[in-house]
Amino acid sequence: MMKARERMLGRLRAAAPVSSPAGAIDTLDARIAAHYDGIRPDAAALVDSLENALSASRAEVWRATAREWPAQVAARLARHGVKRLLLDPARAEGAALAGALPAEVQVLPFSVPLEAWKSELFDTVDAGFTVARSGIAATGTLILAPDAGTPRTVSLVPPLHIALVYADSLHATLHDAARDECWRDGMPANLVLVSGPSKTSDIQQTLAFGAHGPRWMWVIIVTGDQP
Amino acid sequence: MTTQSMHFVAPDDFHQRARTALNDPKLRASFRGAMDFLQTKRSSQFPDASELEHLRDLGEAIRQHALANLPQLLVQLEDKLTAAGVQVHWAETGEEANEIILRIAQRRGAHKVIKGKSMASEEIELNHYLGERGVECIESDMGEYIVQMAGEKPSHIVMPAIHKTRQDIGTLFEQHIPDTPYSDDVDTLIQTGRRALRTAFAEADIGLSGVNFAAADTGTLWLVENEGNGRLSTTVPDVHIAIMGMEKVVAKLEHIVPLASLLTRSATGQPITTYFNLISGPRREGELDGPREMHLVLLDNGRTQAYADEQLRTTLQCIRCGACMNHCPVYGRIGGHAYGTTYPGPIGKIISPHLLGLEATADLATASSLCGACGEVCPVRIPIPALLVRLRTEANRNPQEQVAHPLKGQGAKFSRGDKLVWRFWSGAFSHPSVYKVFRWAATRFRALTPSEQLGWTRHRAPLKPAPRSLADLMRERDQPE
Repeated sequence: MMKARERMLGRLRAAAPVSSPAGAIDTLDARIAAHYDGIRPDAAALVDSLENALSASRAEVWRATAREWPAQVAARLARHGVKRLLLDPARAEGAALAGALPAEVQVLPFSVPLEAWKSELFDTVDAGFTVARSGIAATGTLILAPDAGTPRTVSLVPPLHIALVYADSLHATLHDAARDECWRDGMPANLVLVSGPSKTSDIQQTLAFGAHGPRWMWVIIVTGDQP
Repeated sequence: MTTQSMHFVAPDDFHQRARTALNDPKLRASFRGAMDFLQTKRSSQFPDASELEHLRDLGEAIRQHALANLPQLLVQLEDKLTAAGVQVHWAETGEEANEIILRIAQRRGAHKVIKGKSMASEEIELNHYLGERGVECIESDMGEYIVQMAGEKPSHIVMPAIHKTRQDIGTLFEQHIPDTPYSDDVDTLIQTGRRALRTAFAEADIGLSGVNFAAADTGTLWLVENEGNGRLSTTVPDVHIAIMGMEKVVAKLEHIVPLASLLTRSATGQPITTYFNLISGPRREGELDGPREMHLVLLDNGRTQAYADEQLRTTLQCIRCGACMNHCPVYGRIGGHAYGTTYPGPIGKIISPHLLGLEATADLATASSLCGACGEVCPVRIPIPALLVRLRTEANRNPQEQVAHPLKGQGAKFSRGDKLVWRFWSGAFSHPSVYKVFRWAATRFRALTPSEQLGWTRHRAPLKPAPRSLADLMRERDQPE
């Protein structure tokens, strides 16, 4: 094993014996920053942009205050026929939604490791609820940082993904998000950027939804007063 | 689902396959439609020409910086990932990469591998290798799934089943997926594929994926997709193996931002894909899903040959968007399979000689009118036409000639006869006295011109010099030459 490594690196080093001069990377970083430099949209424009871009990707998007959304989501879930909803009751938002749900929607916490209930998750869960860390206005993207309470599969396996994003967490661009959230200082094991429901154009360039991930995605942009 | 064994084609039958493809109207229509669609989608993403050119400059600079520092960046990436609990492997050849992956599978007692899209795994023919040794690979990208079911190889690096109609796929699903009636409705077909693959995700022992970009500073693998099969493959099975061409690392995570934008806009004309999946290690303490074991295989397989030569190194700037093939008048007419290589189209012509050697691939670089469309759309400004000319030169170079960075298969097309003809030609045209004799002889003995003129007369009337040269005609009119 080590031999292959040494031989590969040896060939590279023989061909490129000196690395870029110190400062080359700073120049490059400055060029990238300059490319994305410009006037940032105001808060209202960020929300508009996120909403438009996500709608264009066929997510269902609406705005609501922190007081309004739990009842709205609960009513929609009932209409959609959701029976089992995955959420993290330890989070304030999860608890708020759980409190608003009608009796026919069962709340399911992700409490045991995936391998202990894989087939149940794949076969019986109708929807997953997540709270986005932040959003990207330009492309209509939510940034999800899965954790112990809301693991990666919550936004991936059930056919319906419901995501909450706070209006004041929006970045203008991906460049801003990476810079302002200091991704360079350390990344979680998994960070996921989601821009709509799962889709494919692999058959004759015809767009179809729900290829492997969620077929439906609802996004609630929480504005105004916050918990 | 039954997996047929893959059938392999040799790239050296290129001319024959290209002719067959040109005479297949269904294939021609499939590709024409797809190319028009992808070209329109791409151009709609770049309404501002100056923004595009600026971003291409940036993409080129980022990739060139990464390549200039490649050995250090690979070591940094390895250190970062190792610290996060990822096992990093180095493979000089496809065979070595296959062996590494097989050993992991055997140690885990694995029988089923679910695959996200990975062209590197196609390049090393991993499915075939593992299949022969009792480990089944199931492709989960819809296009790859279809192509695998048909026992074929991808005909496009971004849209593998681009050559298939929905009727073809309807028939394929009806035959191969139990209890599936024929349908050519795309939504129905996709839902059928989804259903068939759901159990495969849940049952797989190992998930295998490619990598679009890797960041050395944070030790992050950046995966780009729309379907979610990549996320499932890298999240649900207990083991995740990522395989990556060694050139794909860049210095910083923030450098990937412009590259990812260039990739999705150039490839499918999307401002962003549904998922950017950023993986920086296996499941951590307290987390309830994600793989508990993670591997990264760094693949050379000829890449260091391209790296050794400064001009050919630009080949490795590629971010695999496929825009060059989408805009290539040759690819658009003969399709991807005619090339017989994992990577078809212009990028295939310039990368395959390093992976496979010039003996098998020397004809590919000649299948170009050098129109320059590929170079014009390349998001990282790879000078593809110049590289094609260079590869033609290397293929025709005397195999004995000593050069600084010899290519595998140098002189595969070398012929003393050809060299002699060209020497005579350039000699005649650079010496007026010789040229005048040649001109006189060619016009007077025109009847002796052969009627079979190699490739020229296959589709065209034979060439014959005019009875009198222009100089003769001028002289008859008392005009000086």
